[in-house]
Amino acid sequence: MTLSIGFTLNGKAVSMEADPAERLLDTLRYRLGLTGTKEGCGEGECGACTVYLDGLPVNSCLVPTYQVRGARVETIEALDPVQLGPFLEQGATQCGACTPGVVMTALWISAHPELLETHTVRELMAGNLCRCTGYDGIVDAVATTIGEVGEGGRGKGEA
Amino acid sequence: MQRREGLAKLTGRERYVDDLPLEGALWGMTVRSPAPRGRVSAVRFRPDVNWSEIVVVDYRDVPTANEILLIERDQPVLAAGYVRHVHEAVLLVAHPSREMARRAARAVDVVVAPEPPALDFRAPPRPEQIQFGRDNVLKRLQIAKGDVEQALARAPVVVEGVYETGAQEHVYLETQGMIAWLENDVLVVKGSMQCPYYVLNALQHALGRDERRVRVIQTPTGGGFGGKEEYPSTIALHAALLALKAGRPVKMVYDRPEDMASTTKRHPSLVRHRTALTTDGRLLAQDIEVVLDGGAYVTLSPVVLSRGIIHAAGPYACDNVRIVGRAMFTNAVPFGAFRGFGAPQTLFALERHMDVIARALGLDPVELRRRNLLRDGQSTATGQVIRDGTDRIAVLERALALSGYREKQHSHAAFNAAQRSQRRGIGLATFYHGAGFTGGGEVHLNSRLQVAGLPDGRVEVLSANIEMGQGTLTVFTQIVADRLGLAPEEVVIGEPDTARVPNSGPTVASRTTMVVGRLIERAADDLRHRVGLDDRARGAAVKDAIMRWHREHRGEPLLGEAVYERPPGIAWDEERYQGDAYAAFAWAAYVAEVEVDLRTCTTRVIDFVAVQEVGKVINPTLARGQVQGGVVQGLGWALMEECKVENGAMINNQLTNYIIPTSDDVPPIRVAFVENPYPHGAQGAKGLGELPIDGPAPAILNAVAAATGADPRAIPLTAERLMEIVERTH
Ligand code: FES
Ligand code: FES
Repeated sequence: MTLSIGFTLNGKAVSMEADPAERLLDTLRYRLGLTGTKEGCGEGECGACTVYLDGLPVNSCLVPTYQVRGARVETIEALDPVQLGPFLEQGATQCGACTPGVVMTALWISAHPELLETHTVRELMAGNLCRCTGYDGIVDAVATTIGEVGEGGRGKGEA
Repeated sequence: MQRREGLAKLTGRERYVDDLPLEGALWGMTVRSPAPRGRVSAVRFRPDVNWSEIVVVDYRDVPTANEILLIERDQPVLAAGYVRHVHEAVLLVAHPSREMARRAARAVDVVVAPEPPALDFRAPPRPEQIQFGRDNVLKRLQIAKGDVEQALARAPVVVEGVYETGAQEHVYLETQGMIAWLENDVLVVKGSMQCPYYVLNALQHALGRDERRVRVIQTPTGGGFGGKEEYPSTIALHAALLALKAGRPVKMVYDRPEDMASTTKRHPSLVRHRTALTTDGRLLAQDIEVVLDGGAYVTLSPVVLSRGIIHAAGPYACDNVRIVGRAMFTNAVPFGAFRGFGAPQTLFALERHMDVIARALGLDPVELRRRNLLRDGQSTATGQVIRDGTDRIAVLERALALSGYREKQHSHAAFNAAQRSQRRGIGLATFYHGAGFTGGGEVHLNSRLQVAGLPDGRVEVLSANIEMGQGTLTVFTQIVADRLGLAPEEVVIGEPDTARVPNSGPTVASRTTMVVGRLIERAADDLRHRVGLDDRARGAAVKDAIMRWHREHRGEPLLGEAVYERPPGIAWDEERYQGDAYAAFAWAAYVAEVEVDLRTCTTRVIDFVAVQEVGKVINPTLARGQVQGGVVQGLGWALMEECKVENGAMINNQLTNYIIPTSDDVPPIRVAFVENPYPHGAQGAKGLGELPIDGPAPAILNAVAAATGADPRAIPLTAERLMEIVERTH
């Protein structure tokens, strides 16, 4: 059994048949060719598969495709690279496997600076695992994006 | 220079193996052993799958030799009627649908007639558990210097200790993956890997293909940390066997649970120290025993053991040293290369032991290290005389100053007296890491590299060394551009494709920048000479000469070349394990500050300072990132990463229950470099990639010991484990 669904993907209307068990992550990667969204764990732990669903970051490995019926989905492919300067400068990417997910979460945080009144960048980024950077580069890039110096004034990781 | 492929990674445009479109491909899956040891008495195909649609491969489909070529040839590509560990590959299946292939793999029952497995590497094997040689010892190695027995007998103080470390999973964020297909008669295998030529050799050996009929291409690799040193040969062989049988392209990409359960991990270790000292803390003798769990096949255990024992006595001067090491066969999933390669285990033991000694002598841990750190002119355990001009005391002092070590000791005393359940402490580790292959390894590798001049005047590096996040593409670009006076855009880094690039050796052992980078410089010089220029020619002069050469030699390749040359004055005696174990060492002092909650026994690292001397730092942002990432990986190993094993199988093979550090678990990692250019490394650089994982675990545990008065001797120091120790202490 498959279900007919329609949704908006990166600003364009999409309609397709989806198996009820199909994950949004696989739909994006294997059926729609949007391979920027990565799989790191397949169970909601690593955040590599982060996309925006109606403007909110979600783990696309946990979202059945049929559930995005009528919704707005945005992936890394839709982001404006102009915002990425600080990520390059601060060394926020190494192997890159976590990176699209990290960027999705990071840019969402910088679009919602009010979150930083109650949470630290480190808390907000904790859903995105990175095995390469040790997180300083990522945290510093977010801090730069939102115009902060870095945590405790020494976020640059330089002693 | 900023990371060269950085923007592609940040925008999701970088294509990893699972991102490549592959027309008409099948998905391959692996059927694995359910038991740690025994004869395969039956393989049953359950009828709920339409088997006529499934491609099935077993050991009889291996054309030439059912062996994965590495140091030894004991590991089969597919088990031939007998299994030696849980999750050993027995059968392969493939189908156009990933879900169908997965279902087919689950519909095969491998029945094993069990035999008694050896599961504890620390216990001497019972006769019925012996499966390798006479005693299950995969490899024995020994280092001897001076007269340890006599020194121990005469010493005023002897301090003993036993230290243990657990297995660690790499958790490269991109799991293992490979695709294989036939192009005319050439087998092409493409995927995530650190060592294209290891994979090529393994394919040639098992499949009986000469190098013209097999080609290996590396895809951008989403982390390796050693986990993609030897294992990719296995999955490459599996994908190749399926592709050959199916006559269609085959893709194998492990999901996370399969990757965690069935691929290599860091070797668990047990290290015993018996140390003789003067009453004021000078080392008189170090007697060290190192035991590693090797798992069910030899794989790289002999060389991991080698690096482990060479680092076991640490960066200290001691006239009498005996280190005996052995790697044990067990029926565990084979352990393998992991960043640091044996050194993190033995340095954990040593640096924890130094604090145990300090406590026993009533001496300050800093003072104990200061008294024993190697001075130029003194020698290591293998008798390697160190004369690199690095001031190791200055490295230590810098770490103390940056961390505010003394001030914090005082403020912690006040804090701990005032708090009911919170305890703070600060801890230190001083250590070193040898760069490049051990002993004569680099000579045996005989690495070759080319720098091509292209018709449009650009140059291209042809090397088998790969990018996995550590910055190869950027650093190679910088090295060529600086050498020839070119802009970074005028430098191309060729795809690691064994049909095109010479064997410049594996991307391991912190050798890429130091050793391969130096080959690039020499090959660039050679290129200059071939177009009639001397070493002073730069920029436009080089470009013009390359273009002129091509106009005069149409269609011919223009290649500058270099082959590895051993730096002068280096000698290694493999028989006696004496001499210059490494061409160069990197030196470091790391300081951790922790806060322990005595109610829950959770440990939080609240500050971390990493000071190191790695020669000249070529790219500060990348170098800093390597250190920060290594420290956090070491922090995970020290406090939270625990492979839980039952009957030889990892049972927490998911990221939900194998816990690695998140951004909220770690403080900013403060990094500083002391620079002392190394004359035989590219631009003065030494190896860096592995060093940062050697220091965090002992520094953190020493800090916990300082904070709580407890005496932890094993990692991971999880809350449960610390609770036991604290209860015993108070
Ligand atoms: S792949 Fe979705 S959270 Fe890891
Ligand atoms: S950059 Fe490799 S996992 Fe984050």
